[in-house]
Amino acid sequence: MYVAVKGGEAAIRNAHRLLDDRRRGDRSVPALTLDQIVAQLALAVDRVMAEGSLYDPELAALAVKQARGDMIEAIFLVRAYRTTLPRFGYTNPVDTAAMRIERRVSATYKDLPGGQLLGPTFDYTHRLLDPELAGDAEGRSPERREAPEEQMPRVSDILAAEGLIEEDGNLAEGRRTGDITREPLEFPLERDSRLQALARGDEGFLLALAYSTQRGYARSHPFVGEIRIGEVELELEVAELDFPVPLGRIRVTECQMVNQFKGSAKAPPQFTRGYGLVFGQSERKAMAMSLCDRALRAGELGEDLTAPAQDEEFVISHSDNVQATGFVEHLKLPHYVDFQAELDLVRRMRREAEKRPSDRPSREAAE
Amino acid sequence: MDPENTAVDVLERRKRMAVLAGAAGDELRRLWRGACVAVEAIPVRGPETGLATVRGRIGGGGSPFNVGEVTVTRATVRLPDGRIGHAYAIGRDHEKARISATIDALCHDPVWASRLEAAVVAPLAAAQQAADTRKREETAATKVDFFTMVRGED
Repeated sequence: MYVAVKGGEAAIRNAHRLLDDRRRGDRSVPALTLDQIVAQLALAVDRVMAEGSLYDPELAALAVKQARGDMIEAIFLVRAYRTTLPRFGYTNPVDTAAMRIERRVSATYKDLPGGQLLGPTFDYTHRLLDPELAGDAEGRSPERREAPEEQMPRVSDILAAEGLIEEDGNLAEGRRTGDITREPLEFPLERDSRLQALARGDEGFLLALAYSTQRGYARSHPFVGEIRIGEVELELEVAELDFPVPLGRIRVTECQMVNQFKGSAKAPPQFTRGYGLVFGQSERKAMAMSLCDRALRAGELGEDLTAPAQDEEFVISHSDNVQATGFVEHLKLPHYVDFQAELDLVRRMRREAEKRPSDRPSREAAE
Repeated sequence: MDPENTAVDVLERRKRMAVLAGAAGDELRRLWRGACVAVEAIPVRGPETGLATVRGRIGGGGSPFNVGEVTVTRATVRLPDGRIGHAYAIGRDHEKARISATIDALCHDPVWASRLEAAVVAPLAAAQQAADTRKREETAATKVDFFTMVRGED
């Protein structure tokens, strides 16, 4: 017999009303505007766009506000919104070599064309809390230095000249680019689908895995060949125009990780590479992504599979924080019937176990 | 494709569309109102918002892969004389798309093209260029100048 139980409608309604109130908080404090969130919590907005897999700063700011700063909830909101929109198509691949650079550093070459540009970085700060920011500080205005527009070749292109580094990843000719939002995940994945999953993967999860590779679980001897942050142009091929239509620019972070590689049966000793490309200013995420990308290429490069970060099915299946939170958090929803069934089962097992008391101690002793 | 569409026209049109797509909505509205264009553009499609999937390349220059989606708004309009204009831009600003599509339609006529270039497109392009220059110079001020420390006397 199955008995449906209804109830809680008034409680849910009032809970959501209470949520509205608590979200707003003290009414004598001005409400946050989306402009404020976009401008002053920019990196939170960027993370929501990256893992929400939707580039739209105002929507991401709204999600942050609605979620009371709960990032995964905000990412969930953005993902849900995404599904309500039609898809116009795929942009032409962005050209990161033509990026309008806002930050660019290399840990492998001191003097590279275009130089090392620190940009608005937390690096080299002392990580001391700044009491001035507790007030309504205006902020200092930046210095300027005259600079001609110049080419900033990717470091990978510089290294490639010597032939000691592998090329940019080229998949089989004629391959249709994988799209994990259209096709169910099927392992093993091609590198394109894997990178798509990593680009929207949880920063914390990928960071921990990347860290594990540095600590010796699939050691990959990495160097940051280059990190660059800045705006790239988007263009879309559309049926009504016979040229790619410009859409405007988005900000992205690119990381080229270079890894020493001693060679294997499949490949000679050389530098191999991991790649990261993430929406917004998301340097930690781009670095973690590139380390994970490299670790997941173990099979392709003929390395021994020994570590969690090399296990594609494990990494990719658990990298999506919306899926993860959905499954973990569903546990708090009513499971009254399931639990009753299990309770009955455990009671029965207990009764059966108690019927043969002589049996039990001897088995325990054996274990 | 219009038979009179030369490569130069396409280049001009593309450049204009890039400037309009990159413009801040409020700035475009202000200049458009200032241009006092009294023309009735009939909506053919949209304005409507959808998604474009952004692609990158493995390693920067290798095979393509999908990075994520971006909101895009598009519009197509027809002028009373039959000329068609299109607009696409990142974001969800419907009015911006409608105005941009109207400008695109009007600019099939060279007289309109030069008038709107002066009144709307050139000021937007100048503002974008100024913003780019400022940002480039602010970034340049954070460039590391390495120098070598010489130790001891020699």
